[in-house]
Amino acid sequence: MEKSLNWSEFIITRAIRTSGYSAILFVALIFLFLIREGLPTFGEVDLSSLFSFRWYPIEDYFGILPLISGSLIVTLGASLVAVPFGIGTAVFISEIAPRWVREILKPLVELLGGLPSVVLGFLGILVLSPFLRVFLDLPTGLTALTGSLLLGGIAVPTVVSVAEDALDSVPRAYREGAWALGATRWQTIWRVTLPAARSGVLTAIMLGVGRAIGETMTVMMVTGNAPVLALKLSSLFSPVRTMTATIAAEMGEVANGSTHYHVLFFIGMVLFLISLGVNIAASSVVFRSKKRAERILS
Amino acid sequence: MISLIACGPDSSSETASDSQAKYIENKGSDTIVNLALAWAERYQAEHPDVRISVTGGGTGTGMASLINKTVDIANASRKIKQEEIDAAQANGVNPVEHIIARDAIAVIVHPENPVNELTLQQISDIYSGKFNNWQEVGGEDRPIVRLSRETNSGTHVYFLETVVRLGDSENKTFFSTDTLLLPSSEGIIAEVRQNPNAIGYDGLGYVPDDLKMIAIAKEDGDPYVLPSIPTVNDKSYAIARDLYMYTNGEATGVIKEYLDWILSSAAQEIVAELGFVPVGASND
Repeated sequence: MEKSLNWSEFIITRAIRTSGYSAILFVALIFLFLIREGLPTFGEVDLSSLFSFRWYPIEDYFGILPLISGSLIVTLGASLVAVPFGIGTAVFISEIAPRWVREILKPLVELLGGLPSVVLGFLGILVLSPFLRVFLDLPTGLTALTGSLLLGGIAVPTVVSVAEDALDSVPRAYREGAWALGATRWQTIWRVTLPAARSGVLTAIMLGVGRAIGETMTVMMVTGNAPVLALKLSSLFSPVRTMTATIAAEMGEVANGSTHYHVLFFIGMVLFLISLGVNIAASSVVFRSKKRAERILS
Repeated sequence: MISLIACGPDSSSETASDSQAKYIENKGSDTIVNLALAWAERYQAEHPDVRISVTGGGTGTGMASLINKTVDIANASRKIKQEEIDAAQANGVNPVEHIIARDAIAVIVHPENPVNELTLQQISDIYSGKFNNWQEVGGEDRPIVRLSRETNSGTHVYFLETVVRLGDSENKTFFSTDTLLLPSSEGIIAEVRQNPNAIGYDGLGYVPDDLKMIAIAKEDGDPYVLPSIPTVNDKSYAIARDLYMYTNGEATGVIKEYLDWILSSAAQEIVAELGFVPVGASND
């Protein structure tokens, strides 16, 4: 009996460990593949023209700066929507809402997360973009802002469900302690619960940002896809072209092994590195704050 | 990115022929996809033993598939490029061209836009970014929002060469970078329908009645001509082109029968019904 238990434990441990490591393996393999297909770019396109301002691949203009700036501005806008709304909703669901509201709200938010992005794109083209054009008196409603609002909507459910779990796992004793000291409800949320759940809330934000920067279909439908360099905040109100939309729109048509093909993979590499950077930044923040907390406790 | 499959008539009654059904894979230009689909449906109704699957995706997609030998017929709204011929030959494919219909590109604006006619030069200046306000071409004081198909669309390349660069191969004018590149015809039509600032272009067969088409003059002083089947056929309308199907080598067997049928008057009637221009109509 003892022996067979050990034996099955051995197998289960190994299986769990393998699946854990396999995540690393898959990421490494994907990155290797991107590098293999993307690196030839450097032999085929000058660095100066790669980091220039014109993207017109059918005549060999491969300036990717407009695409990077387009992705960043749409993602920035989406985060400005998703972070306050997502965390606000999570706080409401976990700390304020009465039980019955919570039981309705949580599945509804999760349902929102399951909405196919192409459906949101339709909404964007037919409802949101005409509305924004008239409401803000813009030349066209197909702008970075339209993409940001929809992407924010897509990222909110991710932020809510992760942040809500993090808030939920803060021990009740923390809140009771704060109340006992005379803290108001708001003070408890802002000074005790949220900081205690900080690492989970940061993870929620990162996952939300990751969801926004990688989203493709919606942005391709509503941002107008004009490869204009977007550097000012006012660029939010004009059309932009994101990296994901570029890959999606052009990959299907490109001749295998051509320069254009390699540049598209190079853009994929850049996208990968950006989200890697975001994740590393986030985890280092979480890690550092944990160490400080441990210092205080000891 | 339209993907449509033309299903043949129910053939449960003739299981014998089902086992020897002949398949034709047909893929490419989104401009042609509705036409190809209509042909495929009619042909399958007349020939129950033939199955034709029609997919859109763009001329480039069709060509890539022809080169990769995954389709029998590639639909193209432009002539095959030299690179594509080279890639095809490297892969042991010999593309053969068939002109199957003609198409005109209509320049479209919102019905409330008072501009009715433009010269090719003016349209080129609008798309290159020289004109940014409708006042500069006799319209209202509104910003111009330029709409185009994505760069991988045959319509985009054709419009670039014929209109933006005025047919001059030395001309290196570009689309203004703030031109909106929309992934589908529907995207352009949806935006023009609701935005009075917009100018767009699309195949004549796809322009709905509630949008306004611009009459176009080839040169200053030439008459302004609206796109229509007669004006395309008598070559007085400036932005018209041939549409193609490409096969690997001279068509044989069931594919040849299908292509011959496409050039018949019965099939060319469908061309006219869909707003394209039948080939050979000028000889009739």
